[in-house]
Amino acid sequence: MSEINLQIDGKEVVATEGMTILDAAKSVGISIPTLCHHEKLEPYGGCRICTVEVEVRGWPKLVAGCIYPVEKGLVVRTRTEKVDKIRKVLLEEMLAHAPDSEELKALAQEYGADRDRFEKHPSFCIHCGLCVRYCAEIKKKNAVGFVDRGSNREISFIPEIAAKECWDCKECFPLCPTSALQAAYVLAGALMTPPEEAHSGGCGCSCSCGSAPEKQAG
Amino acid sequence: MTRLNSPEKLECARKDIVSRIDPTKPCISVCAGAGCLASGAAEVIAAFKTELDFHGLTTEVNTKGTGCPGFCERGPIVMIYPEGICYLKVKPEDVPEIVSHTIKEKKVVDRLLYEDPATGTRALRESDIPFYKNQQRNILSENIRLDSKSMDDYLAIGGYSALSKVLFQMTPEEVMGEIKKSNLRGRGGGGFPAWRKWEESRNAPDPIKYVIVNADEGDPGAFMDRALIEGNPHSILEGLIIGAYAVGAHEGFIYVRQEYPLAVENINLAIRQASERGFVGKDILGSGFDFTVKVHMGAGAFVCGESSALMTALEGRAGEPRPKYIHTAVKGVWDHPSVLNNVETWANVPQIINKGADWFTSFGTAGSTGTKIFSLVGKITNTGLVEVPMGVTLRDIITKVGGGIPGGKKFKAVQTGGPSGGCIPEAQLDLPVDFDELTKAGSMMGSGGMIVMDEDTCMVDIARYFIDFLKDESCGKCTPCREGIRQMLAVLTRITAGKGKEGDIELLEELAESMGAALCALGKSAPNPVLSTIRYFRDEYEAHIRDKKCPALSCKEMIAFHIDPAKCKACGSCFRQCPAEAIHGGKKLIHIIDQEKCTKCGTCLDVCPSRFGAVRKISGEPVPAPVPEDKRAIA
Ligand SMILES: Cc1cc2nc3c(=O)[nH]c(=O)nc-3n(C[C@H](O)[C@H](O)[C@H](O)COP(=O)(O)O)c2cc1C
Ligand code: SF4
Ligand code: SF4
Ligand code: SF4
Ligand code: FES
Ligand code: FES
Repeated sequence: MSEINLQIDGKEVVATEGMTILDAAKSVGISIPTLCHHEKLEPYGGCRICTVEVEVRGWPKLVAGCIYPVEKGLVVRTRTEKVDKIRKVLLEEMLAHAPDSEELKALAQEYGADRDRFEKHPSFCIHCGLCVRYCAEIKKKNAVGFVDRGSNREISFIPEIAAKECWDCKECFPLCPTSALQAAYVLAGALMTPPEEAHSGGCGCSCSCGSAPEKQAG
Repeated sequence: MTRLNSPEKLECARKDIVSRIDPTKPCISVCAGAGCLASGAAEVIAAFKTELDFHGLTTEVNTKGTGCPGFCERGPIVMIYPEGICYLKVKPEDVPEIVSHTIKEKKVVDRLLYEDPATGTRALRESDIPFYKNQQRNILSENIRLDSKSMDDYLAIGGYSALSKVLFQMTPEEVMGEIKKSNLRGRGGGGFPAWRKWEESRNAPDPIKYVIVNADEGDPGAFMDRALIEGNPHSILEGLIIGAYAVGAHEGFIYVRQEYPLAVENINLAIRQASERGFVGKDILGSGFDFTVKVHMGAGAFVCGESSALMTALEGRAGEPRPKYIHTAVKGVWDHPSVLNNVETWANVPQIINKGADWFTSFGTAGSTGTKIFSLVGKITNTGLVEVPMGVTLRDIITKVGGGIPGGKKFKAVQTGGPSGGCIPEAQLDLPVDFDELTKAGSMMGSGGMIVMDEDTCMVDIARYFIDFLKDESCGKCTPCREGIRQMLAVLTRITAGKGKEGDIELLEELAESMGAALCALGKSAPNPVLSTIRYFRDEYEAHIRDKKCPALSCKEMIAFHIDPAKCKACGSCFRQCPAEAIHGGKKLIHIIDQEKCTKCGTCLDVCPSRFGAVRKISGEPVPAPVPEDKRAIA
């Protein structure tokens, strides 16, 4: 494999073809935060917390470090004022969904993100897609997926598949950066059973109480 | 139908078609575009058939349903040839008169002609109507000449001669050279030079390549691509086959949005006709070049028109943008090199080949060559599709072609570039329409949407409208776009509801900056309507936030209606017509609006006789206390 020389935060880095900026940075001890990246899964590029600035033919450009392939002579900056500001806003937006996520709280500290800047949202999910992709790509079950689009996009368990597969698997639970996926599963399970029984486990109605289990799990 | 297997056979067939056309034979062309169909064109066509039959003229007069010439607002549009008389807003009831007067007696039905609103003079022909006169209709003008379902009509005006020329007289490199020389730039959004994508794709080693037409047209209110693909489907197909030859592709896709059933029907028909005559399939015109094409119906959001999302959808998966730092021209559909161009971009290709790059560059500016079709809508006298040379000023489009703002109102801004474009104020109206100039002004060419706004439009509310549109049209995959739009909408909604806070403008700017990190161009450009309105109309934002005032008197939650006690003459019009029964009145009593009950519908303002003009819309000031009941009598 051919060697590729590039510069990250002023450091000269020797990388090999096929590496991403994230890989190259890691090799010289520069850490770039990630939330949706997973070594075993297909590149996704959803959370954008790994955003870095690169210079392409003299033009600064924002790219996702977890995907952007290393190029000869590339100049990368992982902590510019702009990058830090963007990461801060993204964290604040995600904290509106998952204010108790340990991963987000740690990053919030680093970037000075205000946990309460935006109004809290009932859905805990930050749409990293780890559960969805893990289930589809590794387990090949597609028991959990995204429904709807835009601001209404949410994860959803497919009841018929989840009822068969999830109980003995649950491998996606620990992947969830908000640690609330398990609660979502419990809730989905509760919603699948008749209302009387459901009352023991959750509220059982289809209202917006997706927020309630989060606090228990949070 | 036999396949034409040489350029000579094509020319013979064309001669045969032309020889069968009698140029002196009367022809009635009725626009059968979607706009005119909606206003009753099908009934008009049926009425002509019945009427001609009644007069025994069926064989002496041709009738055809054509593509859209762009003046949809005045549809159904009827053209009478050979005279070229243009009748507007034709109803089935008008048909007997047209047949007896115009067809039989060669007289004009005056009342159906265009009337100049200022002078009252009538225009006989299309070319006399200011709306058309000030355009340069290189592409659109073909629409009204063609029966959109007839391949013979297309052949009669020289159709497929560019394809024949390319296949037999030009190498793929020469085709590429001509397109490069023409500097044709993409009409679907970014204005990317077409030849660059073509060349990149051609040079990619993978032997399997695709060429694709983007007819997703998700921009609300825009319909230029629909008009082209419905009205002149063969021209798009011909452009695509030429592109395939230049690139070395043997397969193509036409991605049409599902909401355009007529476009799907007409392009499918065109492909079938072209296959029968040997313009599509194996060994095209005997040249040895093979090309097949499939129509794909897109049923997705606005974001599905984005190139990587569109290609994902073509592969049969959910139309979501993919993170790609390799051009789709190199790795696109199923990872094969794929050239995607907009409908209008492809439509220009046959003309460039036939008339030459020099002809093409004689229109437009150095950086933006040729013409561009815009969809002119909003507060403008003439709405419709307009094709102008690049480089004309926005002012000319709005005043000369568009006929200015109706109702004596003042112009405020024009929004170009669709939901990801920006608003341009009066002070910038002398800006030429040119890819780079519009971008510099904080907007963009986009696919050609142009929405005109007058003094009654609130610029904060416009920004809110576009962000609200995008909320459901983004795919929701990446954080900056999904969450940024959500938060922007919350801020804009509270500002327009009179609940804006100090710092909201800065918050919007901060959110906009974070959206620069979005995965695809939808998220990256979504802040444009917000940033451009802040840039040019910051005072309106400030008035909303600080003075709780909507200067355009448009934001419902920030306005009130009030009857001026000194002007009210107790005519009772408002009292009788207020749907909320919010007005207290009575004989010879000053009328009073009960603010609690008022729904702010504006009826009272409309119905109060202008000689009294007693009803006012107010914002940013308290509603004056009602006149006490014992003082309401009018002397
Ligand atoms: C959100 C979004 C929506 C788009 N929608 C369309 C569309 O409806 N039609 C279109 O031709 N291009 C659309 N584009 C642009 C395409 O991505 C692509 O650039 C274009 O089809 C290329 O053709 P052109 O170079 O001929 O313009 C869209 C882009 C984005 C980011
Ligand atoms: S539930 Fe958790 S793992 Fe799944 S997409 Fe949402 S945040 Fe990611
Ligand atoms: S920018 Fe918006 S539309 Fe594009 S990938 Fe991200 S969420 Fe989807
Ligand atoms: S604005 Fe409408 S609801 Fe209010 S007083 Fe006038 S007519 Fe009645
Ligand atoms: S880690 Fe790169 S986009 Fe999420
Ligand atoms: S549809 Fe008839 S003029 Fe546009």
